[in-house]
Amino acid sequence: MELFNLNIGCSCGSRVVVSRSFADFTPQATFDIKKCDVHRLEEGPPVKATLTRDQGLQYYRIMQTVRRMELKADQLYKQKIIRGFCHLYDGQEACAAGIEAAINPSDHLITAYRAHGYTYTRGVAIKEILAELTGRKGGVAKGKGGSMHMYAPHFYGGNGIVGAQVPLGAGIALACQYQGNNQVCVTLYGDGAANQGQLFEAFNMAALWKLPCIFICENNKYGMGTSVERASASTDYYKRGDFIPGLRVDGMDVLCVREATQFAADHCRSGKGPIVMELQTYRYHGHSMSDPGVSYRTREEIQEVRSKSDPISLLKDRMLSNNMAAVEEFKEIDIAIRKEVEEAAQYATSDPEPPLEELCNHIFKNDPPLEVRGTHPWATLKSVS
Amino acid sequence: GFRDALNQAMDEELERDERVFLLGEEVAQYDGAYKVSRGLWKKYGDKRIIDTPITEMGFTGIAVGAAMAGLRPICEFMTFNFSMQAIDQVINSAAKTYYMSAGLQSVPIVFRGPNGASAGVAAQHSQCFAAWYGHCPGLKVVSPWNAEDAKGLLKSAIRDDNPVVFLENELMYGVPFEMSEESQSKDFTIPIGKAKVERQGTHVTMVTHSRYVSHCLDAAAVLAKEGIECEVINLRTIRPLDVDCIETSVMKTNHLVTVEGGWPQFGVGAEICARVMEGPAFNYLDAPATRVTGVDIPMPYAKILEDNSLPQIKDIIFSVKKTLNV
Repeated sequence: MELFNLNIGCSCGSRVVVSRSFADFTPQATFDIKKCDVHRLEEGPPVKATLTRDQGLQYYRIMQTVRRMELKADQLYKQKIIRGFCHLYDGQEACAAGIEAAINPSDHLITAYRAHGYTYTRGVAIKEILAELTGRKGGVAKGKGGSMHMYAPHFYGGNGIVGAQVPLGAGIALACQYQGNNQVCVTLYGDGAANQGQLFEAFNMAALWKLPCIFICENNKYGMGTSVERASASTDYYKRGDFIPGLRVDGMDVLCVREATQFAADHCRSGKGPIVMELQTYRYHGHSMSDPGVSYRTREEIQEVRSKSDPISLLKDRMLSNNMAAVEEFKEIDIAIRKEVEEAAQYATSDPEPPLEELCNHIFKNDPPLEVRGTHPWATLKSVS
Repeated sequence: GFRDALNQAMDEELERDERVFLLGEEVAQYDGAYKVSRGLWKKYGDKRIIDTPITEMGFTGIAVGAAMAGLRPICEFMTFNFSMQAIDQVINSAAKTYYMSAGLQSVPIVFRGPNGASAGVAAQHSQCFAAWYGHCPGLKVVSPWNAEDAKGLLKSAIRDDNPVVFLENELMYGVPFEMSEESQSKDFTIPIGKAKVERQGTHVTMVTHSRYVSHCLDAAAVLAKEGIECEVINLRTIRPLDVDCIETSVMKTNHLVTVEGGWPQFGVGAEICARVMEGPAFNYLDAPATRVTGVDIPMPYAKILEDNSLPQIKDIIFSVKKTLNV
């Protein structure tokens, strides 16, 4: 039996503890969710989603963590502690959280460069993500990869070349099929990448060979500074797989994303072949930290999404209006997350840079040490696997 | 022959490790565009020998993804000219990933197919990619000459946990070679990164790879009649280059001639010359090194033009004599 304890500290050092019992909260509720548009499917995912209190708090925690982590990255970038490319995910949290809620850790996921959210949901600690962004040896890739090249078991990055991750994802799905392990591969790309030829090559082979691949287009309406209408002759990204069935999903609603991903995973696991999902979502930041994000869209548009469709607010409001949690609980979670992110940022700014002796390591796997040519003939550097 | 050796290598490795599979255009039911994979589909079936549509960027990406997820693909390019469409997947997705991930993600894949000039196939189908792939850290680049090289190096490449670009030559496929007793073994491998001295000599070091090893040996036979003894080094591997072998030889012969089919600018020979300049062998050179290369033009079609676009034995003989100042 779970007791929720409200701790109120007062200046005299003593504490008043107020307990509200578990029975005060609704343990579970069912919500209406937006119906998905379907392509080549008799029916789509359910239009109702059940959410338990625990799930709700978990999704909230995950989304808020990603939100705070990205905002911290913004801050560190402006302080010039993070350099190079930094593509932030705030606004799109429901996609990463909803997808992870519907798949298993043993499933696979690959995405493009706007990858920090997925790096977290796939199991990498915040401090290892931030330390990778700040280029320190405690980073998940020891500072060698940076923002776009972070990896974890069953998470294949972080890929810098637009569209290249899509055939890779189909190949991971091929490996799942080959090994007969009933796993699926979630392969993400953006509305900009959706026009790449290699996607259609991947769609063709995935459909031909019935690969267990969930192709997911995160349509945030802008490919860098180009709106979808200016880039795509057809903006029905869920139909672009042509012979592959598709779903168009409200990407700002974590429950909608979860139900759709569950539906898609079931489809793949039953041997029906690939499926395409379009998640309609939005990014608050510009394309990257060097893009203010207001030359090709209005501040009003950004503000409207924030006030009407913010994924974290949507979930929180749902839970509060159904008495699934208390306002104070969310506040406590927020405080805990801020603390965690702050500590991670501390780590990321104080951890040492990678040692120069390791410059040339990791060229090859399982190879004897080799000599690497340096900047001039007298600089012979060493590489170990 | 060379082709059978490749077939044998793949057959043995497919049998040895169930994670190994072959994909590419016409590799299965057609038995291979150049018949290199003949019989393999019949033996191993659809799961292990996969015919792809004509979509290099897509299927190369798929092969690389499969390697990332635990399989050991052999990705065939019908010729390396077509690999240009997929080169982003070879370099950015395969070669660089182990480094970018600081060792978290490896890519055990072999990219193989015919490279360089064929006969009468003209400019778009005749390019040599040894220099392009040889340029990139994270890749191993192999260029076998004879059947034994083909078998031993392909087996090593398949067993290697890293991306290997395996450059064959269409004109060598049908050439018969004797294979040693040792090479009949199912565990016969040749180490990647080690060159082989095919012919001992004292007057000049010839460094070459692939088909031109034959040319150099033929030139050496002619030169021997005039009392010039050539040492012929078969590179076997383009990257990493066996510089020690080259230097040891040059320090003995005092003369260096490189021979390749590719274009001269920024080519394999250019790299060899630069490396020799930077090392101990430079002080042993009695003359500047000479590069014998393909002519710096897109490959023409007409036979007389094509023949004169590539190093001929007479060009090698001429270059050796010039280098020796005889």
